[in-house]
Amino acid sequence: MSSAVVSTSAAQGRPFFFDDEPEAESSCGDSRPRLSGRAQLDRRSPENHPKSWIPSKILPSTVTSASRLEIRPAPEMVPSGIPAIDAMTGGLPRGCLTEICGPASSGRTTFLLAALAAATRRGEFCTVVDASDALDPHSAASAGVALDRLLWVRCGDNSPQRHRVTEKHGNQKEGCPISRASLAREVGAGERGLSSQAAFDFDRTSLRQSERRLEQVLRATDLLLESGGFGLIVLDLADLPPQAARRIPLTTWFRFRRAIEHTPTILLAIEPQPIAGSCSSLLLQLGSENEPAAKRRKNAAHGASRGLGMEDDAAPEGRKKMNAAGDPNFAEPTHVHLLTGMDINAELIRSRLDRKPAHSVRFGSKTAWAG
Amino acid sequence: MPFACIYVPNFPVAAALRAEPELQARAVAILEGTPPLEKIIAVNEDARRMGIAPAMTKAQAELCSDLALRPRSPLQESAAHAALLDCAQSFSPCVEDTACDRALLDLAGMESLFGSLSEISRAIHHRATTLGLDANVAIASNPDAAVLAARGLCDAGTPFDQLRAGSARVAVTVIPPGQEAEQLGTLPVAVLFPDRLEGEEQKEATRLLETLNRWGIRNLRALAALPEVALSERLGQEGLRLQKLARGAASRTLVPIEAPLLFEEAVELEHPIVLLEPLAFLLNRLLEQLCARLATRALATQELRLTLDLANLTGIDDEFENIGMPSESDGVEGKENMCGQPPSAVRRSEAPLLHCRQTKFARTLRLPQPMLDAKIFLKLLQLDLNANPPGAPIVKIHLAAEPARPRSAQGGLFLPPTPEPEKLELTLARIAAMVGEQKVGALELLYTHHPEGFRMQRFVAAVPPEKPHPKTTASTEESIVTALRRFRPPLRAHVTLENGQPAHLVCKKKDVQGEVLWKAGPWRFSGDWWERQAWSRDEWDIALQNNALQNGETIALYRLVHDLLGGSWFVEGTYD
Repeated sequence: MSSAVVSTSAAQGRPFFFDDEPEAESSCGDSRPRLSGRAQLDRRSPENHPKSWIPSKILPSTVTSASRLEIRPAPEMVPSGIPAIDAMTGGLPRGCLTEICGPASSGRTTFLLAALAAATRRGEFCTVVDASDALDPHSAASAGVALDRLLWVRCGDNSPQRHRVTEKHGNQKEGCPISRASLAREVGAGERGLSSQAAFDFDRTSLRQSERRLEQVLRATDLLLESGGFGLIVLDLADLPPQAARRIPLTTWFRFRRAIEHTPTILLAIEPQPIAGSCSSLLLQLGSENEPAAKRRKNAAHGASRGLGMEDDAAPEGRKKMNAAGDPNFAEPTHVHLLTGMDINAELIRSRLDRKPAHSVRFGSKTAWAG
Repeated sequence: MPFACIYVPNFPVAAALRAEPELQARAVAILEGTPPLEKIIAVNEDARRMGIAPAMTKAQAELCSDLALRPRSPLQESAAHAALLDCAQSFSPCVEDTACDRALLDLAGMESLFGSLSEISRAIHHRATTLGLDANVAIASNPDAAVLAARGLCDAGTPFDQLRAGSARVAVTVIPPGQEAEQLGTLPVAVLFPDRLEGEEQKEATRLLETLNRWGIRNLRALAALPEVALSERLGQEGLRLQKLARGAASRTLVPIEAPLLFEEAVELEHPIVLLEPLAFLLNRLLEQLCARLATRALATQELRLTLDLANLTGIDDEFENIGMPSESDGVEGKENMCGQPPSAVRRSEAPLLHCRQTKFARTLRLPQPMLDAKIFLKLLQLDLNANPPGAPIVKIHLAAEPARPRSAQGGLFLPPTPEPEKLELTLARIAAMVGEQKVGALELLYTHHPEGFRMQRFVAAVPPEKPHPKTTASTEESIVTALRRFRPPLRAHVTLENGQPAHLVCKKKDVQGEVLWKAGPWRFSGDWWERQAWSRDEWDIALQNNALQNGETIALYRLVHDLLGGSWFVEGTYD
């Protein structure tokens, strides 16, 4: 492990040395001039340097040796709220970027709420920068999130500046949320069966909106990181199209990582695909794409094949079971089922602490009404 | 018993310089009167050197091109007087509001708190300078001697110790007990009379001064040496009173005041401001003055009230389009029409375009916690004014702060990190300016079964630690709750039914459509039937093929809603 080598050298604090240094002979028993790090590499290619090259005059003061580079200490790990994940990864690293990716219904938001609940239980203040305004407050409350410790930033297209532009110039200007004509076209397309042109227009509009939302997300995240003091900052990019998410420059992620590096803040991003590259210290893939569809279908919703009678006790208050005809006294509503939870498969793709992460774990979640 | 007097010489000029510190290096004259009969009432030292003197007319003074002429502003003078009292009350609870330009304070027992009398006098002077006032401070064993000494520091040149620290003038004096007559002796007789007298008092003072002048009495020492009986025969009781003052032997009781905690600053503008950027400079100055006054009284503020007097220029509103006209929905608080109230006379003469009516534009900045940081306040006000522009040229700015006790928080080494309230407030304001005010904050669930039964409230990073909820204490696998991601607004869908159950779904979102692979439901919800916004719906949990990643192998779970009142179908969210 490279980090271990660096750690050992730095602990010894050895400088660059040559043949006249007694330490070299005593430690290695070899009288040949020796170099370490970059100097050793340069020595192997003497054609690049004139004979009068004296590395001892250059190296000690101007170039920091690799053995003296600062070692990044291992981050403090805190529980993620899901014991199975904690057993696999050790928890969520503080001062690092963690990516949670996966397709829809793979359990990303479940993981997010569990992490928020765990953080607020620790007394920390948390933030969700919601790119698609998708957070469900009731789900968050059911998951145990202390809502008064949660700052929710709902990004969208109805910012004050945009309202002013719309009021001033009507809906003709490019950049309006959705013009009436396009809205009517979309609604009409939805009712007719969504023609291909309408779908194409909708995709373009959606992409533009996503880019605007993404810009808000990044600016808000910058401000929150600069403000500091939050235990967990979540970037919810789960519903962004991959084309828009991939436009985030790598330098942005690098800036985020540098901003939280020596702070106790956890930066958590949930997204459809990994986009932060090596800037993330932990990358978890939820849901298995290689899993057979039939098996996924079975695991996606346990309780799907159960009948009404089996799940009668689990029904929430106020949820009144109905049959198709709407008669509550229907005798055998065999078609009625209850979603009680999901099986979630998590795979560790990248970890700063583990060089070859190849673990996966499976855990289950229950719906709020399943008891 | 020592008494201190804080005296601000040339008070109208000092008030103007406090409002406009950039005039410190210039010759300044203050005008008073109705145009065109304005006369100079006060000048600073630079103006005096240029030959400008009180009672000159404005036309005469305007011959000096370098002279800065300012109309007398009662608002600025009252703010400067309030600052003077704040300065005095920060050292002693027993303060007498003697006149607008001076304050007397009882220093009995203050040595143990602030050090020796000399240190106290320097501290008072320093604090007055912090508040924008160049004051003289004198300490004596009786109030009148302290007043005379403080006035004499500027009237008689340098009769006392004048300490110089750098370039700033430090004018303080401490008269030891028993040496009043000796120390006050060099002062001119004129210090016995107030600066500005009117009517009979002025005539009487002039008569007395002329009499003393004819006698050859030039200073207080000469007056103090006159025989009492002879003085009484010629000038009466007034003569004896003046002699007592000159000897520093007058004695009276201090009349303390209970000054109300009013923190207000205002500035009237000669020319209307049409852009927000120059407004920020003025706001910064007012905020710094307010914060300095609050800090003097060991207070902070939780509410700032900004009131702008707007000049409504009829017919040329288009020129000021860049600052925008607020619409009805802008949420301007307290915008009231002041029809029929003309602007002040001075402004009317210099800006003839302003006429018809004047409106007031008010904004209130409420903070979750008491704060005292002028920069933060300025940024917050700027963001607020950017979101809600006044909409017309500004002719007067009034800023008031509601005093509050500073917050006291005990940090702990092992406590989780908490955002700093000042930084957090600024961050929230910046984010609110970006995404909308109602789009950022903390969540509060409402007591309803409505699926969107929540509201946004202000996020405050000072929540007391809660008792652990029994349901959430153990982070076991059983507590992991399947989350719902909502589509806002819900996606309208076209649903094909088979046997009354959804079988096929078409939606405008490309990846939320197709054959229903699995379904559960319906679950009926209804509520608010007693109101107009009644709702009733059936909920289905359905599984669709996930087309988002074009892999065709995954399925996604959605919540499908049938609006029973409207008959429409919506995809409300996805289980994730």
